[in-house]
Amino acid sequence: MPKIPIGDAVNSFINFLKEDLSWVFDGISGVLDNAISALESFLDFIPPIALIFLLCFIILLVTTKGITIWSFVGLLLIYDLELWSELIRILVLVLVAVILALIISIPVGIWMTRSKTVERITFPILDFMQTMPSFVYLVPAAMLFGIGPVPGLLATLVFAIPPPVRLTYLGITQVPGDLKEAARAFGASDRQVLTKVELPLSLPSIMAGVNQCIMLGISMVVIASMIGAPGLGRVVLTAVNRLDMAMGFEGGLAIVILAMILDRFSRKMGEYEKIFERFGKIKQKLKGVVH
Amino acid sequence: MAKIVVQNLTKIYGDEPRKALELLRDGYSKEEILTRTGQTVAVGGISFEVKEGETFILMGLSGSGKSTVIRCINRLLEPTTGSICVDGKRVEEMDKRELRAFRGQKIGMVFQQFALFPHRTVLDNVAFGLETKGVPKGERYERSEEILVRVGLAGWKAKRPDELSGGMKQRVGLARALAVDPDILLMDEPFSALDPLIRNEMQEELLSLQQRIKKTIIFVTHDLGEGLKLGDRMAIMRDGRIDQTGTGKEIFSHPANDYVAKFVQKVDVTRMLTAEEIMIQPGEILNLLEGPQLAIRKMELCDTDYIFVIGRDRKLKGIVWVKDALKLAEKGEKGIQGILKQADTVHPTTSIEDIYLRMGRTGRSLAVVDGGGNFMGAVTARSILSLLAEGRKGP
Repeated sequence: MPKIPIGDAVNSFINFLKEDLSWVFDGISGVLDNAISALESFLDFIPPIALIFLLCFIILLVTTKGITIWSFVGLLLIYDLELWSELIRILVLVLVAVILALIISIPVGIWMTRSKTVERITFPILDFMQTMPSFVYLVPAAMLFGIGPVPGLLATLVFAIPPPVRLTYLGITQVPGDLKEAARAFGASDRQVLTKVELPLSLPSIMAGVNQCIMLGISMVVIASMIGAPGLGRVVLTAVNRLDMAMGFEGGLAIVILAMILDRFSRKMGEYEKIFERFGKIKQKLKGVVH
Repeated sequence: MAKIVVQNLTKIYGDEPRKALELLRDGYSKEEILTRTGQTVAVGGISFEVKEGETFILMGLSGSGKSTVIRCINRLLEPTTGSICVDGKRVEEMDKRELRAFRGQKIGMVFQQFALFPHRTVLDNVAFGLETKGVPKGERYERSEEILVRVGLAGWKAKRPDELSGGMKQRVGLARALAVDPDILLMDEPFSALDPLIRNEMQEELLSLQQRIKKTIIFVTHDLGEGLKLGDRMAIMRDGRIDQTGTGKEIFSHPANDYVAKFVQKVDVTRMLTAEEIMIQPGEILNLLEGPQLAIRKMELCDTDYIFVIGRDRKLKGIVWVKDALKLAEKGEKGIQGILKQADTVHPTTSIEDIYLRMGRTGRSLAVVDGGGNFMGAVTARSILSLLAEGRKGP
């Protein structure tokens, strides 16, 4: 039996993209590169200690006192290990990747609940994205976008998009039918059914998706350091190459700390009503100080 | 004038409703159509009218298509064929925008499983219909609070639905439906999920509420007793068709077919009856001008120890007891005014249950008297007993 030339087809497709559509990829690469560097330089500009306090204030708004204290200790430790600038690099990459992933995945998840066709097409694509070994698309990504943070970012996207898509879809399909029916019976439009009933009720599921997106983003950014993604991942990669166990452990520990903070933070983000309440309290206190 | 006119409504589930429609026209049954075409006929061509201010009951067992009909009226389900007119407007021809306005202004719906929004407070649940119409916050809360007071949930506005009992949940459901001040209430087995005591209480409250608000109500239920209690008229449904439409009494006294007869047989007939229907004409009544001697003779004739007394104008004047009449006769007096006692009276429309209660307490016969004070007949222990004996036999 003759071998079907799938591999050759992929090869020529990548070559086609590289040679004839390079302006597209250069454009994307340029925009993302600039966004990343701008964010990095902004965070670099703030003195580390001030940034730690600022981050801990935000963490306090969203989470509990206990989590805030441990986050403070963890961030100080990373600063002490002289990994602060690497932390900022990985943080920026993860944040940009997560924001892009959510902008894409949540609407796709909603769309799947609206159209059988989209649902049927999307599921196999999600399977593909989640199970295809990442090294397979790391190389073409580097070929198309060049070495640096951008291909790492895009490889991260591939990995981080599926969970929020699935969990958004799951959350919305689990909203009881009679509630949607009741909303429509009282004159709600399709958009109102979505915003007033389906999204609020599927929020826990969607937030679990956001959490998964962040965690997978962190793990992928580390792998993406092999094609030039900067940050803590690169520290670990360098340490592995040099068989430097001390450096490897320090870098790895910093990643764990970051991952734990982001995990706790994103878990609490769903309780937005409490957050608004706390914010309101602080606002009132500040008013009291001014008067 | 009819508020809602439904004509030849069908609802068929499946991808080839045409085939099913043809078979339906040729008179095939639901099962035959299912085996031949794979299409499910939920509603197979029904027509009915609901008058303004009337409570119309759609009655049937589960699977009879009653919930589907109610959902076709506000097009939560799209009818396959047929027309639905509300206030002369064709509902099935409305576009999206008209339909939304129609649902938001004309119709309030109450659901079997309450269908309250768990992420919203009671107040925000009630205000939902107004919210979708874009009524400003202050106004819609003010209106919703009024309605909450009316259904007896004034202090509960900040609670979430899962903090309420079943009966309270359905009060919120009712308040949500009433908040938009609709002309029409669609109620899909609203009290079936409640326990019997609460159900009874809610039925009474709906009745008294309806007396004030006079909405046009379509009420779906499988409980015949509930239907008879709440409804002005009812349609008995079976397998997606209406077997009979009429008032409870009409259906009960002239069932259209064996199915309806069997369906209504389960009900305790006597509960539907009123004083007017069970009263008898006493063998003798006494005229106000007649004397004690005649009174005693008349009582002997019909073997009772009392006799009702009426005036020339047929108005009830009172009751005379035999022991008083005997004393009076001994004294040789002519007029009975001195021994005339106040009689126990009931209105012709008094329900049998109230009659049971009153007679059970005193054991005395009741005079049936209309609004003008005219004597119409009497309810005696004997008439009640014969009624019970008849009820045993069945219709």
